[in-house]
Amino acid sequence: MIPASVRYHRAADLAEALELRRAYGDLLRPLAGGQSLLPALKLRRDRVDTLLDLGRIGELSYVAHRGDHLAVGALTRYQRLLTDPLVDRYAPMLATAAAAVGDPQVRHAGTVGGALAQADPAADLPLALVALDAVVVLASTAGTREVPAAELAVGPGATLCRPDELVTEVRVPLPGPARWSYRTFARPALEWSLVAVAVADGRVALAGMGPTIRRARGVEAALADGAGAAAAAARADEDCDPVDDVRASAAYRRHLSRVLVARALADCSPEVRP
Amino acid sequence: MTVDARPGTEAVTVTTTVNGRADSRQVPARTLLVHLLREELGLTATTVGCDTSSCGACTVLLDGRSVKSCTLLAAQADGADVRTAEGLADGDRLHPVQEAFREHHALQCGFCTPGMVLAVVSLLDENPGPLTEHDVRRALVGNLCRCTGYHNIVRAVLALDAARQAG
Repeated sequence: MIPASVRYHRAADLAEALELRRAYGDLLRPLAGGQSLLPALKLRRDRVDTLLDLGRIGELSYVAHRGDHLAVGALTRYQRLLTDPLVDRYAPMLATAAAAVGDPQVRHAGTVGGALAQADPAADLPLALVALDAVVVLASTAGTREVPAAELAVGPGATLCRPDELVTEVRVPLPGPARWSYRTFARPALEWSLVAVAVADGRVALAGMGPTIRRARGVEAALADGAGAAAAAARADEDCDPVDDVRASAAYRRHLSRVLVARALADCSPEVRP
Repeated sequence: MTVDARPGTEAVTVTTTVNGRADSRQVPARTLLVHLLREELGLTATTVGCDTSSCGACTVLLDGRSVKSCTLLAAQADGADVRTAEGLADGDRLHPVQEAFREHHALQCGFCTPGMVLAVVSLLDENPGPLTEHDVRRALVGNLCRCTGYHNIVRAVLALDAARQAG
């Protein structure tokens, strides 16, 4: 399989990429690592006029400690999160989530910004970023704006990122959670998570339980009211709308969410309190 | 603005160093790296198994790191150093990973072997070890052997790791 005919342009730097986005908008599809986009193009599930390759914008590949937050550049590859000492010290959940992504080959190519822009409701790294209350920086030629990671995705594959914008950075607030857990349940090794949960102190986020990654507000409210892990976890699938498909029924996903939340809260016990 | 002024081209020039040899050629933008290697350069050790980024048969090294060449455009490799199984041996002398695979009979039909060997080269380069059996199996999760010959592959990698730890 090869993609349909497509045009290709490699951006020399961020300034050029933003200028092209301003001028041509959605005529250009940003290409980061391509680990989700290329399979979609090969299967003809997606069509693109022109690929705007961001892969050589070195200025967007970094991990930096900036006092009250840890900044991760959008073109930072997953594999770096596994070994970066700043990630290990300040936001180790990102390394755990990155390790759950695909395999080493995919992690050598796939990027943090690509995962966010792809807005897959079962994605690992965006789940961790929602639980960590991270902020996503969107840039255009007019400047930058910050969007909470929890609000970036508006549906499967759809985000608040405008046609003239690019995801340039994520900021993880510091200090990070005192207690955290990341739990995922997938079928064979390479499948996407059926359901995954990330807990960071009193914040609980779920992947695979609706069109976007979401906070489990019912669980959080129960914890805030002093409920134990079991009682709180029983509310994991409140207000959720998991898909019913060939991989798993909606009822099974709901069951998984309750089990995984209970295990994740137990991982954090007894200090999990907002 | 006119449509013709939009950026991008349907043909791209891809300049690479493949197994130490410089190469530059024009290909359609949609050309996958694996097709550049197999069909343009004639390097057919790199195989296409699933063609969906699952099986790892197409694994090559891009600037020293394992990637799946069925899921990268050739254009994304422009300027990079690419290594395939053809580029591992030093003349008649096998690469240590190839030698370990032979020693431990870590192949059956051989279809997955080039990708498997390159995934191991990348693993040993990135991870100083010592490696457990679990580490090795986790690191090779993206490489499928349909002969199911995993045990000897894992033995070969563990033997390589033990040798370098001792050495």
